[in-house]
Amino acid sequence: MYAFDLARPADLASAVTSLQTEGAQALSGGQTLIPVLKQRLSQPSVLVDLSGIDSMKGIRRAGEFLIIGGGTTHGTVAGSAEVASAIPAIASLASKIGDPQVRNRGTIGGSVANNDPAACYPSAVIALGATVETNKREIAAEDFFQGLYTTSLEEGEIVTAVKFPIPVAATYQKFEQPASRFSLTSVFLAKMGDGSVRVGVTGAGADGVFRHAGLEAALSADFSAAAVDGVAVDAGMMSNDLHATPEYRAHLVKVMTKRAIAALS
Amino acid sequence: MPKDGGIGASVVRREDTRFLKGKGRYTDDMNRPGQTYAYILRSSLAHATLNNIDTAAASAAPGVIRVFTGADITAAELGGVPCGWQITDKHGEPMKEPAHPILAVGKVRHVGDPIAVVVAETYDEARDAAELIDIDMTDLAAVVDMRTAETSGNQVHEEAPDNVCYDWELGDKEGTDAAFANAHHVTTLEFINNRLVANPMEPRCAIGEYDENDDNYTLYTTSQNPHVIRLLMGAFVLSIPEHKLRVYAPDVGGGFGSKIYHYAEEAFVTWASKEIRRPIKWTADRSEAFISDAHGRDHVTKAELALDAEGKFLGLRADTYANMGAYLSTFAPCVPTWLHATLLAGQYTTPMVHARVRAMFTNTVPVDAYRGAGRPEATYLLERIINKAAQEMGLDQAEIRRRNFIRTFPYDTPVALQYDTGDYDATLNAVMETADYAGFEARRAESASRGKLRGIGLSCYIEACGIAPSALVGALGARAGLYEAATIRVNPTGSVSVMTGAHSHGQGHETTFAQVVSDALGIPADQIDIIHGDTDKIPFGMGTYGSRSLAVGGSAIVKAVDKVVAKGKKIAAHLLEAAESDIIFEDGQYKVAGTDKAKAFAEVSLAAYVPHNYPIDEIEPGLEETAFYDPKNFTYPAGSYLCEVEVDPETGKVEIVAMTASDDFGNIVNPMIVEGQVHGGLAQGIGQALLENCAYDEHGQLVSGSFMDYAMPLAVDLPNFVVETVEGTPCTHNPLGVKGCGEAGAIGSPPALINAVVDAIKGYGIDHIDMPATPLNVWTAIQNASAKQAAE
Ligand SMILES: Cc1cc2nc3c(=O)[nH]c(=O)nc-3n(C[C@H](O)[C@H](O)[C@H](O)COP(=O)(O)OP(=O)(O)OC[C@H]3O[C@@H](n4cnc5c(N)ncnc54)[C@H](O)[C@@H]3O)c2cc1C
Repeated sequence: MYAFDLARPADLASAVTSLQTEGAQALSGGQTLIPVLKQRLSQPSVLVDLSGIDSMKGIRRAGEFLIIGGGTTHGTVAGSAEVASAIPAIASLASKIGDPQVRNRGTIGGSVANNDPAACYPSAVIALGATVETNKREIAAEDFFQGLYTTSLEEGEIVTAVKFPIPVAATYQKFEQPASRFSLTSVFLAKMGDGSVRVGVTGAGADGVFRHAGLEAALSADFSAAAVDGVAVDAGMMSNDLHATPEYRAHLVKVMTKRAIAALS
Repeated sequence: MPKDGGIGASVVRREDTRFLKGKGRYTDDMNRPGQTYAYILRSSLAHATLNNIDTAAASAAPGVIRVFTGADITAAELGGVPCGWQITDKHGEPMKEPAHPILAVGKVRHVGDPIAVVVAETYDEARDAAELIDIDMTDLAAVVDMRTAETSGNQVHEEAPDNVCYDWELGDKEGTDAAFANAHHVTTLEFINNRLVANPMEPRCAIGEYDENDDNYTLYTTSQNPHVIRLLMGAFVLSIPEHKLRVYAPDVGGGFGSKIYHYAEEAFVTWASKEIRRPIKWTADRSEAFISDAHGRDHVTKAELALDAEGKFLGLRADTYANMGAYLSTFAPCVPTWLHATLLAGQYTTPMVHARVRAMFTNTVPVDAYRGAGRPEATYLLERIINKAAQEMGLDQAEIRRRNFIRTFPYDTPVALQYDTGDYDATLNAVMETADYAGFEARRAESASRGKLRGIGLSCYIEACGIAPSALVGALGARAGLYEAATIRVNPTGSVSVMTGAHSHGQGHETTFAQVVSDALGIPADQIDIIHGDTDKIPFGMGTYGSRSLAVGGSAIVKAVDKVVAKGKKIAAHLLEAAESDIIFEDGQYKVAGTDKAKAFAEVSLAAYVPHNYPIDEIEPGLEETAFYDPKNFTYPAGSYLCEVEVDPETGKVEIVAMTASDDFGNIVNPMIVEGQVHGGLAQGIGQALLENCAYDEHGQLVSGSFMDYAMPLAVDLPNFVVETVEGTPCTHNPLGVKGCGEAGAIGSPPALINAVVDAIKGYGIDHIDMPATPLNVWTAIQNASAKQAAE
């Protein structure tokens, strides 16, 4: 990696200040950023380490919401009794990210801010209609993810928490990419209090994470595998690589959705 | 019963203490006084002419000592990276052997080809400066697919027209054609043996150090065979005589073949350390390893098997393209020929075999031996086509093999080998019983009730280990002998230092070899140290690969021990005032036969070094003996593997439910280590069959150039292996009766696994699927077959 300065703020305000330096970048768990730096694909002037900011860590339930601090590690989420009782699907999702080393460093804030098209969390964020909280504002899930590795975060803006509405039931069905073990095509399916069903798909979309309107409409009307069969999933919107063709991804969207239905039945 | 710590005991690996504590001492752990660091600027293009390399800015950058390019190598008149094996083609002509300069000259030929080296005070300074090197290149069309390399019109090397390195054949062509003319049934199979990246845990590293005072050089390197490196680099590249060159390979973190070869980086740091009069260290990172370590396998084959009405094999034809990559790596030419075609008889009496092999140059990383080297390719060919034939003829996969087993030994195959011994029914019976072959259909039905497609696949492999004898391999084109050397140094108080030319990089030699010596000398293993890896300490050695260490290296140790005991008997006869012919050596004692007079091993050793009362007129003082052992033949481990899988038809994902291995390794020194070796081989064989896919795009870019896209087997991908060894047929021609076990798992498992996958999905009319059987590939095969069935 190239040389950089390291700032270790103890509170959010100093982190925001540090991030105003030209070329500054936030560092959370480093599970994405450090490999990028090692390959010299990025050259920040200052890395602002968010891991010392206690206010960004932790999990709490507030009424009908589960709020996870942006600096909370996947390991903490996976092991949290609060998460397990409120939205067990999120604990399960977190427990399937990477390996223990990754889970003990990587954070939800880093994951959503990075918006890797194969990342797990974004599917839960959009499926549940969560709100991304930053040092400046609250951003609705729909507005937050803007395509591959792109979000509506502004320069220097910090994800401080993600606020998830608690669904009636939810499940995360992950189909792993054979090498990276990230998501090849995974589905986060939620039954909401208003009776609607929401389907978030990650790993598959050529433009990153998405909700599938066809599946949601069909399943809101008839929560069954048969309903899935009747829905067309367009291969044209899927990505193509060594590990999966668009047709295979489109097929997996339906298979994983059916598995989600089975898991909730 | 094995003696405590002797042959046959599962002694815990002594080297693991340091490895598990993180105290191993690897090349990169070493730092020499005044050491500098090299960063290698490698080609990002697969094929291009090098018009100009401007190093001015880099040379002036902070910390930079010197920047080297191909021009420096040319000016210094260094040799190219040599090839250790020459194949003679079917017309009697030598293979095409284009130059392989240490740094690219004129042209780059694969992504990763080294263009320039920056040597600086720190690694980061070297890397920073490398970014300032300005290269003017003209992109050329890349030759990537070996099947179209002949006709592509693009040339990797001017010296190799149509990109053919050699067109070679083995076996009786007319006889084989006649066998096919008389066949009741012919099965045809076209398949790919997928390219692999070895990916040892430790990336390569080399430190070159020139000592002005003595005018000698030391190369610290990650090698499986330091003497071979000294030979190749000293004689062919740098013209440094052996006495001026020390090569030391300390702990090495895995090799799997990829650290056999002499690499350009080793020659560079050694040579350049004299140029700048300071030691130079180069360490690859993982990304660099992907594009600079020799890759493995990469064959495309069309095979045909002729059978009679009873399923007896009448003849086999194989037509293989083998990818050499952009340059010839050390042993590359012999892998698809003498290590592959010679194994095409397998365990069977097929009377006629003919193989043709075309070795092709492409704009990809050089390809060479990888765990098994040629033998996995041969086994895969045979064991897949046999299952396809059984499927077509409605025969059971075990039965068709039984009808063709070789049962009389020694057996001369139609492809140049003589098997000394074997018992193929024994391993097949054992594996079928252990894996409950008979109960399979019930398990298939149970899986079906859960929506899963279960399949079972068999593979019966044979391999040829301990490649030898030297005279034979010389006639086949090897540019070296293939014996092994050992020195037994008995120290004055009776402890023993064993210098072996074999090199341990995960195999556990420090434990196993000590067991052999402990057994032979009747002294505890903790009195014995195994020393390897340093050309200054070891008399000579050909290193470790091809499962040769115990069969060849261990035999050399036994021969040296025999010499020690013979001399000891003379000394003991003198001390015991008996005739030498009356002295017997057992349990660590020299005894006068029929009496209770005896001298302990240590007493005799002491007498040899303190020769006060000693037959000094007849024998010299001291007790140290060296032996060189040149085997009479290969050894032939063999076995049967059964694999059971469940395929999820909705996703195409294959889960291995069971993998059972039954091997005949002859005599076994340490059962636990043997089991571990088979486990490791199985993991790599499963990796090849299910996961590992080294893919290039049409421009010669390595698409799977990191662990994000190159899938390595993880523990979660593997079942609990059931590994057993049968009583066995000891090797008839080496003193230990051992055969070798290092590669078996990687040889036997891929066809067993693919046979199981095909068995699971044969209901769709599928009779073959290429490796790796990834979810995408299996799903696609099912889709295509279902579409075909629907159309019919
Ligand atoms: C081996 C391995 C396997 C993995 N497997 C999976 C997997 O299966 N599924 C999966 O989803 N992920 C996986 N990951 C990625 C992992 O989840 C990362 O933790 C995550 O993508 C990034 O989080 P981080 O805290 O490490 O962020 P960092 O790497 O520190 O940062 C990532 C990016 O986000 C920015 N950033 C970080 N925190 C904030 C914040 N609070 N506000 C604004 N910007 C911020 C950084 O500036 C940077 O651009 C894997 C990673 C590895 C190394």
